[in-house]
Amino acid sequence: MKKESGNRFIFPALLILFLVTVYPVFYVFYLSFHRRLLIFDISKFVGLDNYLFLLRDDRFWNALKNTVYFTSVSVSLELAIGLSIAVLLNRSFRFRGVTRAVVLIPWAVPTVVSARMWEWIYNTDFGILNYTLGAKINWLGSPFWAIHAAILMDVWKTTPFVAILLIAGLQVIPKELYMAAKVDGAGNWAIFRRITLPLLKPIILVVLLFRTLDAFRVFDAVYVLTGGGPANTTETLSIYAYKVLFQTLQFGYGSTLSVVVFLCIGSISVFYIKLLSKGIK
Amino acid sequence: MIKKTGFYLLVMLVLLYCSGPLLWQIATSLKPDYELTVIPPVITENPTTVHYISVFKERPFLRIILNSAVVASCTTVLSLIIGSLSAFALAKMRIRYKVFILGFVLSVSMFPPIATVSPLYIIIRELGLRDTWLALIITYTTFSLPLSIWILTNFFKEIPDEIYYAARIDGCSPFQIFYKIMLPLSIPGIFTTAILVFIFSWNEFLFALTFTSTTSSRTIPVAIALFPGVHEVPWGEIAAASVVVTIPLIVLVFAFQKRIVEGLTSGAVKG
Repeated sequence: MKKESGNRFIFPALLILFLVTVYPVFYVFYLSFHRRLLIFDISKFVGLDNYLFLLRDDRFWNALKNTVYFTSVSVSLELAIGLSIAVLLNRSFRFRGVTRAVVLIPWAVPTVVSARMWEWIYNTDFGILNYTLGAKINWLGSPFWAIHAAILMDVWKTTPFVAILLIAGLQVIPKELYMAAKVDGAGNWAIFRRITLPLLKPIILVVLLFRTLDAFRVFDAVYVLTGGGPANTTETLSIYAYKVLFQTLQFGYGSTLSVVVFLCIGSISVFYIKLLSKGIK
Repeated sequence: MIKKTGFYLLVMLVLLYCSGPLLWQIATSLKPDYELTVIPPVITENPTTVHYISVFKERPFLRIILNSAVVASCTTVLSLIIGSLSAFALAKMRIRYKVFILGFVLSVSMFPPIATVSPLYIIIRELGLRDTWLALIITYTTFSLPLSIWILTNFFKEIPDEIYYAARIDGCSPFQIFYKIMLPLSIPGIFTTAILVFIFSWNEFLFALTFTSTTSSRTIPVAIALFPGVHEVPWGEIAAASVVVTIPLIVLVFAFQKRIVEGLTSGAVKG
């Protein structure tokens, strides 16, 4: 029997996706070639001026540097901690269900709430972190510590997601493989390196893809925690773009920055998807 | 025995790491103001609900919760309707360029919000939709569609094609098959999707910050981020507000842990 065409069923989704995502992406490219000041209704074609300005804009390079640093450090930490938690929880024990639910808590806490929660934990005078460490570190006010405070918060918030995906990946690995390895006299570390890691590789790549994309476009977590300060040391690309767009209202140059984020995200996706499809073949 | 104790110690450590910050926030929300600045910090000796009362009485928090609830519920319903229709077509019907469409849907889920926020802001302003629920509902529905379509397609695929053919022979139209057979059979999948879409809309910040400007449409994350303090930051109230909006999510997580995990891993592990 021949299947009917499902075009009618898929039309609403494609229409709304087109109108609210594809069209705006073309629009943002268009804006990026203009000088557009929303309040004065100024819109003027300026060609590549915005892009040329971008190349000379120190604040852009600083934001790019911050974003890359934030992304690489937090994603590596998340993978390391997430993998440890996954291996730890991937066995049957009492309270496993409850434990896994608790592990999901940071994932469920709204990002903004988590930022304000950590802001209080990081408080120089009354924060629990400084008290525990017996220190007087100005976590959010010092250029060195602020970015690391933001990373630590992001790691806390997103490690559960990593752990949950990795546990799912671990469960797909056939138990027989482990038994066979044990019979052959392999130690725990050897089993982990020779069996678990290679078989987990595809799912690790998926996790890295999701997490890298999320970390690279990070906005709310850092924006609420530090606002990009002190001295722009935590200003990521998304935060910088947001400020140019909605605080200085330069829609042209702001859109140029948005386009750059878009292109970076695109390249990261292509890179990972290539890696993934290589792995599958 | 030692091994077992060590294992449980590690589990305890993980539990503390994951729940500690939230528990501390709960403790903060119950402290009277003078206890907030006590060193060493105490859990609380005189628990009080004063911050909770002031959040609701002195601030328009109830209205803000209403905004979030309406936006998140409407988004969930819309996203499920549009998403399940396309998922049905993608899983069970003939679609041209199916691989291309799936790829497109997946790539939309990777779009950085910052890349579309400026044009969307202009469009919404021109349509006169600034500071309305509708602006947020449309945007969230769109950005949650990839997730809905993805999870639901995986669910529909598991229903055997034979059911579809049998129903066709019995004279059902494709649409009847969709809502009389497929939907009831995939209630777990729909439920999972609903939870994830709801949580996404409840927590979204960037679009909400940009598109709303007053209490009439401002959502919870924006309100909490912009919590005003005249002289000093009202830590107690922020904590109380945080707890109020986080508790529903924690309840969801504990009640439907399995479903949420299923939804998060759907696709990631299989495909």
